[in-house]
Amino acid sequence: MEIGLEHYLTVAAILFTLGIFGIFLNRKNVIIILMSVELMLLAVNINLVAFSAYLDDLIGQVFAMFVLTVAAAEAAIGLAILVVFFRNRGSIAVEDIDLMKG
Amino acid sequence: MTVAALAFYLFAFVTIASGFMVIAARNPVHSVLFLILAFFNAAGLFVLLGAEFLAMILVIVYVGAVAVLFLFVVMMLDINFVELRQGFLQYLPIGGAIGIILLIELLLVLAGWVIEPATIAAARAPTVAGLSNTEALGNIIYTDYVYLFQAAGMVLLVAMIGAIVLTHRQREGVRKQRISEQVNRPIEDAVAIRKVEPGQGA
Repeated sequence: MEIGLEHYLTVAAILFTLGIFGIFLNRKNVIIILMSVELMLLAVNINLVAFSAYLDDLIGQVFAMFVLTVAAAEAAIGLAILVVFFRNRGSIAVEDIDLMKG
Repeated sequence: MTVAALAFYLFAFVTIASGFMVIAARNPVHSVLFLILAFFNAAGLFVLLGAEFLAMILVIVYVGAVAVLFLFVVMMLDINFVELRQGFLQYLPIGGAIGIILLIELLLVLAGWVIEPATIAAARAPTVAGLSNTEALGNIIYTDYVYLFQAAGMVLLVAMIGAIVLTHRQREGVRKQRISEQVNRPIEDAVAIRKVEPGQGA
């Protein structure tokens, strides 16, 4: 059986769904939520690279690289905010993040 | 079944299984380790697709930097993770329902997918024979996409400065050498000249 575009897109779709599922399942733990976001971004990257390979167009890989850059920046800033928040409140539970009374 | 197909199924299965373990593991340290495994296998998928450069970048950036950063934060913060797990099953029904609906929708999109042959012909940057993936990517990034490349660098710079500004703090009671203060101290504060009579010194 030949491995086609659909195979890769299916893997990416399952991975993206796992990311969404993880956000719902671990509603209290910010670290796991951040990891779920990383999983979703990975799924998006798999989509971009798969289309790039099958359409024979390198632009998709360039875009995947920029997505990777932004994902790394997002992880760094997110974890920095998490550390500061933990220093102030002594907890990382999502329910405790209500200082702004939103 | 060819070797490539076998490799695809292996990488895909391990990626999805470790992705599941990321969200299901009890211990967040295990979650991070499974995240690393998922990234490694996704890099394998990229290699199968012929995107070697992105595969290596994925391993270096994600496994080498992001995942270790996660590990560092998980281990540094003193958190009772058992408490955070409570209510885990409470969100299972709604999360599962939304996840399954989304997955079915995505797979339906895939099932009805047809690529117009003209799209393939209209590729803006088709692969050039005799050029490796890294070389071809470099040719595009440093010419057509140089501004975006610079912008990505700016994003990383802002992220770096932001992370430092957020987490840096001035701590009390730390003894540090301040060379400028030492050098700028006026001589009157530092040295006192006394006239001592002969024979009076103790």
